[in-house]
Amino acid sequence: MLELHLPWLELAVLTPLIGAGVACLCKDAEKTRLVAIAFSGLALVFAFGAWEDFNTLSVFEAHDHWDLVSPLLGRDAMVVDEFNAPLLTLTALMFFLTPLATLRTKLKRFPFRMNLLSEFLMLATLACRQPWGIIVLMALQTLPLVWELRQRGKSSRAFVIHMGLFIGLLVAGWAMIDAEDATHEHSMTAIALLTVAILIRCGCAPLHCWMTDLFEKATLGSSLLFVSPMVGAYAAVRLVLPVAPDWALRIIAIASLFTAVYAAGMALVQMESRRFFCYLLLSNASLVLVGLEVVTPIGLTGALSTWLGVCLSLTGFGLTLRAIESRVGRLSLRDFHGLYQQMPLLATFFLLTGLAIVGFPGTVGFAGVELIVEGAVEVFPYVGMFVVIAAALNGIAILRAYFRLFTGTEYLSSFSMQARWPEKIAVLILSVLIIGGGVFPQPGVQSRYHAAKAIMLRRAASLAHNLPTLNNQTKDLIDRGGSDVKP
Amino acid sequence: MDLELFYRIAGITTVASPLVLLALLGIPCLVARPPSEKSITRLIYGSVVIGLSTAVAILVAMLISGSRHVPIDLGDWISLPEEHFDFHLKFVFDRLSVPFVILTYLLCGTIGAFTSRYLHREPGYVRFYVAYALFMLGMVCATLAGTIEVLFFGWELVGLSSALLIAFFHERRNPVRNGFMAWCVYRIADAAFLIAAVLMHHLTGAGDFEVLMGQGSWPEGVASITQTQALWIGLLLVVAAAGKSGLVPFSGWLPRAMEGPTSSSAIFYGALSVHLGAYLLLRISPILELSIWLSGTVVTLGLLTAVYATLAGRVQADIKTALAFASLTQVGIIVVEIGLGLRYIALIHILGHAAVRTLQLLRAPTLLHDYHVLENALGGHLPESQIWLWKILPQSSKRWFYLFALERGFLDELLNRIFVRPFVACFRLFDSLERKWTNLLSGDTHVESDAVALHDEIIEELKY
Repeated sequence: MLELHLPWLELAVLTPLIGAGVACLCKDAEKTRLVAIAFSGLALVFAFGAWEDFNTLSVFEAHDHWDLVSPLLGRDAMVVDEFNAPLLTLTALMFFLTPLATLRTKLKRFPFRMNLLSEFLMLATLACRQPWGIIVLMALQTLPLVWELRQRGKSSRAFVIHMGLFIGLLVAGWAMIDAEDATHEHSMTAIALLTVAILIRCGCAPLHCWMTDLFEKATLGSSLLFVSPMVGAYAAVRLVLPVAPDWALRIIAIASLFTAVYAAGMALVQMESRRFFCYLLLSNASLVLVGLEVVTPIGLTGALSTWLGVCLSLTGFGLTLRAIESRVGRLSLRDFHGLYQQMPLLATFFLLTGLAIVGFPGTVGFAGVELIVEGAVEVFPYVGMFVVIAAALNGIAILRAYFRLFTGTEYLSSFSMQARWPEKIAVLILSVLIIGGGVFPQPGVQSRYHAAKAIMLRRAASLAHNLPTLNNQTKDLIDRGGSDVKP
Repeated sequence: MDLELFYRIAGITTVASPLVLLALLGIPCLVARPPSEKSITRLIYGSVVIGLSTAVAILVAMLISGSRHVPIDLGDWISLPEEHFDFHLKFVFDRLSVPFVILTYLLCGTIGAFTSRYLHREPGYVRFYVAYALFMLGMVCATLAGTIEVLFFGWELVGLSSALLIAFFHERRNPVRNGFMAWCVYRIADAAFLIAAVLMHHLTGAGDFEVLMGQGSWPEGVASITQTQALWIGLLLVVAAAGKSGLVPFSGWLPRAMEGPTSSSAIFYGALSVHLGAYLLLRISPILELSIWLSGTVVTLGLLTAVYATLAGRVQADIKTALAFASLTQVGIIVVEIGLGLRYIALIHILGHAAVRTLQLLRAPTLLHDYHVLENALGGHLPESQIWLWKILPQSSKRWFYLFALERGFLDELLNRIFVRPFVACFRLFDSLERKWTNLLSGDTHVESDAVALHDEIIEELKY
C-alpha cells in the first residue's frame, strides 16, 4: 500500500490529544478556549493535508509516512481512503468551528478539554478500519458525554442504557463474526446483533430516545459534535456493509426510511428549538443511512454526498442555533421571537443552512438528495418515494422554525446581538462551502462515486466466500491501489 | 457572426443575467455589507435590460431564420455516465419559452422600477430585492428549462422567494403565517414534482424534454411513454401545477399571499408565479394528450377553480384579495383551455392576463382615487351588476352561496380537518409518549424543554 508524504493522519489524530493535555494545564477559561482553537485548528490543517496528499497519489488507500501505528496495532489501524479522507477533514472542521464560535459568556459551561479528547477519539475512529479498533474507539467516545452529564448534575441513565446496549451488541456481534468460518455466510444472529447495534447508534426509531435526552441535558455543542459526524453510519460502512447479506441491509434501509419520515414529522410539531434540531438531524442522518444500505452505486454515491452536505449544513445550523441560545437562552417554538432585526446575519445563515440540509437547489445538499431519491426508487420503487416526503416535511419544519425564531414580532434589546467576528468567520467559511459545493457539485459527486465503487468492491470481495479465486483477485485489485477503481 | 454562436452567447446571457444579479445582491449581504438603494436600482435596471435585450434579440433572430426550437446546451452539471445519471443544464428557446421569458423580464423590470420608489427607505429594501433576484432567476430558469431537472430548479427558487416575500412585513404575525402556509403548499407541490421527475427519469432514462415529449418543437411533440404511465406521471404534475397556481383544493394560500408588498403581489400572484403551474401543463401538454382521463382531470380542475374563484371573489371586501380571486378565475379558465388542447389560446391568455393583472394590482393602492375620477367623469355612481342566476335563486340558496363564498369554499378548513389536524395530533401523541418513555428511562419527572418560557415582549434585562 502506498504511503503519504508525511505522517498527516498521526498528526491529525494526536494533535487534539496533545491539546487536551495542554488545556489541562490551563487554569483560565479563556486560555483553555484559545488552546482548544489552536489545537483543533492544527488538527484541521493536518486532516486537510492528509486529504490533499492522498489526492495527489491517485490510489484507493494509503498509509502514513513513518507509520508507527500499523506495526503496533495492525495494517488497518490507521488508513486514509477515498471514503474517510473528506470525513476526517469535515469532522476536524466541525471541532474547530465549535470552540471558535463559542461566546465568552459560555466559556465556563463548555467543556473544551473534553471536546479535544472527543475530537481525538472521533478522528481516530474515522481513520481506523480495523473492526475491533472501531468498536473500542466508539465505546470510548461515549465516556466524555457521560462525564459531562454527571458534571452538570443531569441523569445519564437513558444515554448509558442505550450506549451500553449498543456496545454490548456490537461486541457480541463482532465476536461471533470473528469466531465464525469466514468462508461461509455469517450466522443470522451475528448479523442481527450488529444490525440492531447500528440502529441504536444511528438513532433509528424507536431506539432514538437517547438522542433527544442528550440534546436536552448536555451542552448543545457537545451533543452536536457527538451526533453530527455520523459515526454510526461510519460503523455501518466499515463493519456491517462488508459482511451483511442483502436482507440485513434492507432492514436497516427500511428502518432508516421510517425514521427519516417519523423524525421529520416530529421536527414539525416540536415546541422547543433543541428538540426540533435533534429530530431534524435524526431525519437527515437516517436519509444518509437509507442511501448507504440500498447498496447501489447511485444510492451509495448519494449517501456519501449527502453525508458531507448534511454534516456541513447541520454544523452551520447547529452553531447558529447555539449562537442564538447564547444570547437569549433556550428557545420556545410555541411563539414568535422576532430576532431578525437583532441578528440579520445569523437569520440569513440559519435559512441558508436549513435549506442546504433539505437539499435545496444551489446548495451542497442538492446533488446528494437527488441521488438518494434515485437510488432508493431504484431498489424500493414505491417506498423510495418516502425520501421525497421526508425532505418535504423537513423543509416545512425548517421554515417554521425560521419564522418562529426570527419573525412575527420585534425583539427589544438594549445591547447589540449582532454576530461577533469569530461567529462571522465560522458563518463565512461554512457559507462558502455550502454554496460552493452547490454551484460546483461535480467534483464532490465524482469523488463520492469513486468511494462508493470502492466500498461496493470491498463488499463484493468480502462476500465472495465460496469463490476464493475471485476473492483473491478482488483483494489484489484493492492492494494494487485500486488502479481499476480510481481513474 | 455564426448564428449558432450568436444563439449560444445570447442564450447564456439571458440566463446568466439574473444569476449575476443574485450574486451581486446576495454575497454582500452574507458579509454584512449590503449595497445602497442606488446601487441596487442600477443593478436591477442593468440586469433586466441585458436579459430582455438578449431574449428579444433571440426572438428576432428566430423569426428571421425561421427557427422554432433553439436549444442551448451547457453540458452536465452533475454526471455519472456509467450509471446513466446526469443533471443536464439545457435551456430551450421555443414558441412557449420565448414569450414567457420576455414577459418575465418586462414585468420584472416594471416591478423593479415601481418598487424602488414604493419601498424607498423601508427597512427591508435589500431583503426585498434579494428575494426578487431569486424569483427572477427561478422564473427565467423554469421558463427556459430544456430538462425537467432545470425546471425543478427554477420551480423551487420561485417557491422560496414567494414564501419570503409574502412574509415580507415580518414584524407582524399574519404575513408570516400566510407565508408559511404558502410554503407548505409549495413543498407538497414540489414533492409531487420531484417524484414525477424521478419517474420520468426511470421510464425514459433522461430528463430532457426532447426525449420525454418527442422531437418536435412545441407544441407538436409526441410523448414517448405509455398511456398508463402518462396518467400517473401527469397526475403528479397536475398536483404540482395545482399547488403552484393555487388551483382547487390548494387555493387558500393565494388570497393570503396578498399580505406581501403590493409590488410583489402584482408580479407573483397576479402575473408570473400564479401562471407557472399553467406553464408546466403547457410544457407537458404532449403527456396530457396521451390520456383522456388526464385531460379530463385538468379540465375539471380548471372549471372547479374558475367557478370557486369567481364566487369567492364576489364577496371580498378588499381590492387585493378580490384581484387575487379574479386572477384565479382566469387561471382556472386557462387550465381548462390547456385541458382541451387549445395551447396557443392558453398561451395568449396567459400573456394578456399577466399584463392586465399587473397593472390592476399596481393601481390597487389608488383604487378609491381612480373610482372618484371615474364617477366624476360619469356624473354618478357606477352601476351595480348582478347575474341573472342570482335573481331567480331562493333566499336560502343565496345565503348558502354567500357563506360558501365568504368562507372561501371552506377549503382551508377542509384541508385542516382532513390532513393537518390529524397529522399534528398524531405526532404530538408520539411526542408525549416519547417524553414519558425517556423520563422513565432516565428517572426524571420532566424534560427541560417543557419548562422553556415563551417569548415575552419586554427588554430582557427587565425579566430578572
